[in-house]
Amino acid sequence: MKENLLIKGKTTDLKEYKIADRFKDLEKSKKIEILKKMYQIRYFENEVEHFILKGEIYGTCHLYIGEEANAVGAISAIKHNDWIVSHHRGHGHCIAKDSDLNFMMSELIGKGNGYCKGKGGSMHIADMDKYNLGANGIVGGGMGIAVGAALTNKLKKNDGVVICFIGDASTNNGIFHESVNIASIWNLPLIYFCENNQYGMSTPIISSTNIEKISDRKASYGIVGLTIDGNNVVEVYNVVSHFAELCRKGKGPILIESLTYRWKGHSKHDSQIYRTKDEVERWKEYDPILRYKNHLIEENTVTAGEVLEIEKKVIEEIKNAADFAEKSAYPELKELETDVYAD
Amino acid sequence: MSNLTYLEAIREAIQEVMQKDENIFLIGEDIGLYGGSFGLTSGLFAEFGAERVRDTPISESVIIGTAVGSAITGMRPILEIMFSDFTGCGMDQIMNQAAKIRYMFGGKAKVPMVLRTATGGGAGFGPHHSQSLEAIFAHIPGLKVVMPSCPYDAKGLFISAVYDNNPVIFLEHKVLYKSKKYAQEVPKGIYTIPLGKGEIKRPGKDISIVATSYMVQKSLEAAEILQKDKQIDCEIIDLRTIKPLDIDIVLESVKKTGKLICVEEACSFGGFMGEVVAQVMEKGFDYLDAPAIRIASSNNPVPYSHILEEEMIPSVDKIKDRILSVLSKN
Ligand SMILES: Cc1ncc(C[n+]2csc(CCOP(=O)(O)OP(=O)(O)O)c2C)c(N)n1
Ligand SMILES: [Mg+2]
Repeated sequence: MKENLLIKGKTTDLKEYKIADRFKDLEKSKKIEILKKMYQIRYFENEVEHFILKGEIYGTCHLYIGEEANAVGAISAIKHNDWIVSHHRGHGHCIAKDSDLNFMMSELIGKGNGYCKGKGGSMHIADMDKYNLGANGIVGGGMGIAVGAALTNKLKKNDGVVICFIGDASTNNGIFHESVNIASIWNLPLIYFCENNQYGMSTPIISSTNIEKISDRKASYGIVGLTIDGNNVVEVYNVVSHFAELCRKGKGPILIESLTYRWKGHSKHDSQIYRTKDEVERWKEYDPILRYKNHLIEENTVTAGEVLEIEKKVIEEIKNAADFAEKSAYPELKELETDVYAD
Repeated sequence: MSNLTYLEAIREAIQEVMQKDENIFLIGEDIGLYGGSFGLTSGLFAEFGAERVRDTPISESVIIGTAVGSAITGMRPILEIMFSDFTGCGMDQIMNQAAKIRYMFGGKAKVPMVLRTATGGGAGFGPHHSQSLEAIFAHIPGLKVVMPSCPYDAKGLFISAVYDNNPVIFLEHKVLYKSKKYAQEVPKGIYTIPLGKGEIKRPGKDISIVATSYMVQKSLEAAEILQKDKQIDCEIIDLRTIKPLDIDIVLESVKKTGKLICVEEACSFGGFMGEVVAQVMEKGFDYLDAPAIRIASSNNPVPYSHILEEEMIPSVDKIKDRILSVLSKN
């Protein structure tokens, strides 16, 4: 098996693009917020795993642990009223987009006060109020929707930008080509943020794709594309800030390939026979949270003590969300046939 | 003979036909070393290797297209679409290509392929992984559609599907896959059950119940309860294949019982059982002494929460109650 790019240390194409370090100038509160969100995702997903073990998550669900810097870095770099489109591994995107942890957890265990009234579940959490167009059970399903949302921005002449989160493996579905191509001829304000976690289910991306970098696909569309370190939230923030601005000026779309790794199995049931423990451990050395925490401490934004406080608060919050969800009621049966059509 | 689950029976069928015929190969996502999302193809990669058990990228359209193209040029592909919902991503290759090639070519081509896919709800997978789409496939001329209800049938029907010279949509119910409850003695070696022949799973004289897939099992349970509690004797007909449709077995039964209930898991509106009822009206109206009725799911996407999902899909209780209400009105 070919070694992946990040471990080989040839990740970033940053120099080519003169990307400024905007992160450096962020207010302390925003920098802390980024850390808090990453912790929220990590502990939320840990809690979801407990629910899985207790048998309270029906069907399946996909955990985002290890990939936190992608969602948080990218979403911190856009405005609250910029749309995002997510995918099946979507809990992290929701949290980064300020979704309510209680209602998320309720949805995951099928409660009536969940984000989708218990109708959608893990693979369908959406929150229109937070400009989150939702996860998707169909790999690639979001790539059409993202074009539409970006077109709305263009037609309404607002300066909104859309981030379409996609997985590495989804770029091999036909809709990827149709979507990026049309976005490119229309110069849509759309960032394809490809979370390359090295696998699509059990299949290594390097065995299902004949090029080394997914970002090289930019050539087919005449657009900007680059590969970045997706376990470095500062880098993700800087890159997305830079390109979101270009998109707003009519220079989209952009293809960002963000190298990362999922620590857990693909979904609820996964024997993980396709990878070694050693590989997982090597990736854990690039723990995005640990790296960011150290970065903040080194640049004297926070002390180790403050970090611990933040972490403790998040643990409490997640515990409360789990309690809230467990105490919530299941949907009423009359909800079964509502919401099929709008009035 | 060995006691096999539904999933194991289909795997054995695949293994045995592949051992016999070099032209048969498998294609799909994560079906190789990983053994498929449900583990159905597990072990086949080790036995037949990467040439004949072909892992693909997430590319439903071209997976199906590859099957079509290789089928018309001399192979017998078996392809897996992980969940039937994902056929949406490759629907052109199914409905415009696979289904129509023979006709469009004036009968000069054959499309011997099997599209296996997991169907149905009841497993908490939510709206994109739980649909029952059989009516859509059955509506398209050129496709055959198979819906086995038990391991023995699954194997025999599968082998027939592989040797059929037409595109066959083979709908495997995901709740049945690993269920020990429905495991059965299944003979080793090749045997076939013809496509287009239903079977009476339980003979009875009071009422005819027509069902497919998992609903056959639920109907059988309802029938046992009614026999025990109320001495009602239901006849349960398993269509096994919905296209071609064995309407004769239904008509024969209705002639005897005078009453018909059709049970399906799909949404009722435009559901396949509407076709069964229509054909019985056209060909067997005089046999009926009560209106034929359908028991089906409500007309909404399959919800995630198990509370709602259970409410949506016909249950043993619901089937039993409807049978009682039809009989009590007469
Ligand atoms: C159209 C479609 N095909 C297959 C699947 C099954 N499936 C769900 S996730 C997945 C892998 C996706 O890989 P990637 O896009 O890299 O995202 P990741 O899971 O790695 O985050 C597959 C094959 C699906 N949900 N939809
Ligand atoms: Mg991936």
